[in-house]
Amino acid sequence: MGQSEPRSQVSSLLSLTRQQQPRRGVLRKDAAAFKQRGWKLFHCRVSSFVGVHTPPRPSVLPGMSLHGSTARLSEARRVAIFGGTHGNEMSGVALVNLWIKNGADIQRRGADIKPFITNPRAVEKCVRYVDTDLNRAFTHENLSASGGDEFPYEVRRAQEINRMFGPKGSPEAYDVIFDLHNTTSNMGCTLILESSKDHFNLQMMNYIKKAISPASCLVLLNEHPLLKYSTSRSVAKHPVGLEVGPQPQGVLRSNIFEAMRVILKHALDFIELFNEGMEFPPCTVEVFRVSERIDYPRDANGNIIAMVHPNLQDCDWEPLNPGDPMFQTFDGKTIPYQGSCTVYPTFINEAAYYEKQQAFVTTRRETLAASGIRKA
Amino acid sequence: MSQMDVDEPVCLPRLSRVAVCGGTHGNELSGVYLVRELLKLQRRPSEDDDEEPTSLLTVLSNPRAVQQGRRYTDTDLNRCFTLATLNGPTSDSPPYEILRARELNAMLGPKGGPGAVDLVCDLHNTTANMGLCFIAYSDCDWICLHIFKYLQRQMPDVPMRFVHLGSSEKESYSLDSVGKHGFAMEIGPQPHGVVRSDIYGLMNAGVQHMLDWVRLFNSGAVFEGGFVDVFTLVKNIDYPRDEKTHNITAAVHSHLQDRDFCLLRPHDPLFQTFSGETLRYSGSEPLYAFFINEGSYYEKGIALSLARKRRLVIPAIRAQTEEEEQARGFTSEEEE
Repeated sequence: MGQSEPRSQVSSLLSLTRQQQPRRGVLRKDAAAFKQRGWKLFHCRVSSFVGVHTPPRPSVLPGMSLHGSTARLSEARRVAIFGGTHGNEMSGVALVNLWIKNGADIQRRGADIKPFITNPRAVEKCVRYVDTDLNRAFTHENLSASGGDEFPYEVRRAQEINRMFGPKGSPEAYDVIFDLHNTTSNMGCTLILESSKDHFNLQMMNYIKKAISPASCLVLLNEHPLLKYSTSRSVAKHPVGLEVGPQPQGVLRSNIFEAMRVILKHALDFIELFNEGMEFPPCTVEVFRVSERIDYPRDANGNIIAMVHPNLQDCDWEPLNPGDPMFQTFDGKTIPYQGSCTVYPTFINEAAYYEKQQAFVTTRRETLAASGIRKA
Repeated sequence: MSQMDVDEPVCLPRLSRVAVCGGTHGNELSGVYLVRELLKLQRRPSEDDDEEPTSLLTVLSNPRAVQQGRRYTDTDLNRCFTLATLNGPTSDSPPYEILRARELNAMLGPKGGPGAVDLVCDLHNTTANMGLCFIAYSDCDWICLHIFKYLQRQMPDVPMRFVHLGSSEKESYSLDSVGKHGFAMEIGPQPHGVVRSDIYGLMNAGVQHMLDWVRLFNSGAVFEGGFVDVFTLVKNIDYPRDEKTHNITAAVHSHLQDRDFCLLRPHDPLFQTFSGETLRYSGSEPLYAFFINEGSYYEKGIALSLARKRRLVIPAIRAQTEEEEQARGFTSEEEE
């Protein structure tokens, strides 16, 4: 980071690169300006590390005081870093393997930090999974099932991980687990939160966002009763997902690798400061709350009949208004977004989600309040 | 000035059978969807059908890999078209792709025979930032070079290069070598398993212009000679790897990432190790880098490929008339 975006011969043919464009909300309405864009490099979000959104404005929510009492929480001593939950998401695999070999960079006072490859068979074959998606396998039903060899590999693996780092929901479970992922979507650096009431995680995410500013790291909150899923990290008391993109599956990009490394460094610094007794005052954190899953238009046989529209492609986190272009059929017709209000789409055109019937998810912007925290 | 500039256009046999192939790698989706759309159009009866002198075959090369969303099932289909593999003995349980290669050879070939299709255009995507590339074995197949020149003129805003795979000792192994003429149309960057509307649009336009060129050629148009810059493959460079595990220990350097067809000079940054060290290009000759960080090449031991660039002179060409074809007696090979 700190290095300028390499000018490829591709981007040199453009009149506008992503960094030079005005706020996308303006550009979206201007079809003529869009046509000028031509060929583009779409990974600028991470390389440039420039925030697209306005920083969160602290606000006092009804019934809440920013000067309320500080929550006392137990120390975060047992910490794990998971890589290879999806075997072809290469940044986490490379980082965890590096730290298994030489863990100096992840040592912190007051914490035992364990790097761990969760799905070694998928990593070895460089596939997302062998039998079934490990990051959907940590359901209560799977974890409590007895039996053995007849289960899919990833279900057996989930049970093993639950024994090592859980049991999920119990006092013996690990305090914090970071789960490292990549996406083909242009999401930049995204922290994934599973509960709006996890004040420890909210404070950590606030710390990380401030530490990397003006570079941007957004928070995705998935608390949706139907769309939330049972992740490998959910075994811990404080699960933290880290998703960095865009990066193709099976590819390791050095800028994405570095971005993930820096985020983790700050996360571990936070844990160290917390364990040493630092008090973190109440704060607010802007999050994007998962709202709805939108699938590709399909024919009667389930085949995709349209692609993400060029106006929406790579525009993760940018406002999608009713009537804005959403999909483009193969013969060039536009299908507009027909929701009732403006949403913030993300996971736009993630390769692994074609089979999960998801072209993108919509989110709503929200500001969460985190109470002050301090080690008990 | 060469003879070619002054004299008559080179006369080449008409291209009466053209094949467009997609899904040779099942997760390179632009070609998969384009072939599907072309097949849909072909099922509709058209008024032009009777007048159409060129027959277009549209082929989904590796349906099993497409269905699985993988590059291949058992082995890379696009390495199965050597004569030895196509004509070799059949073992008890041959890999799926070898069987499929033989089927495709029967459908579009046989390779090297007089009944082979005239032109194969094989559609591919790459995770590398290569724009639109033609990849061909020959640097003197005037048909392919003229199609390339035509596309450059029709799509001037698109970064476009002609890659020549080089030495004649290397036997051709890919699907496009089955036809009398052939090339791969490789477009990136696109992640495998994803279809991007902009990349799809480019491939669709590229194929349409190619088919336009074929129609013009077959109807007797003369295509003027000129110059084409060609990148000839010299060598590949692998990632640095751990001796024991063979895992890679560095990523393509951020200064090189996405800069396909830039000139890589001696001592330019090449890789960044996971511990932050820069590894530099140790060759003595500046060369053009391409296929920089192609995801499917990690297992082939290729981090990037290197090429020399040179300017080729290509002659004017036109199709043989029917009389000329009859005078020849049979469809001839293109002139070297």
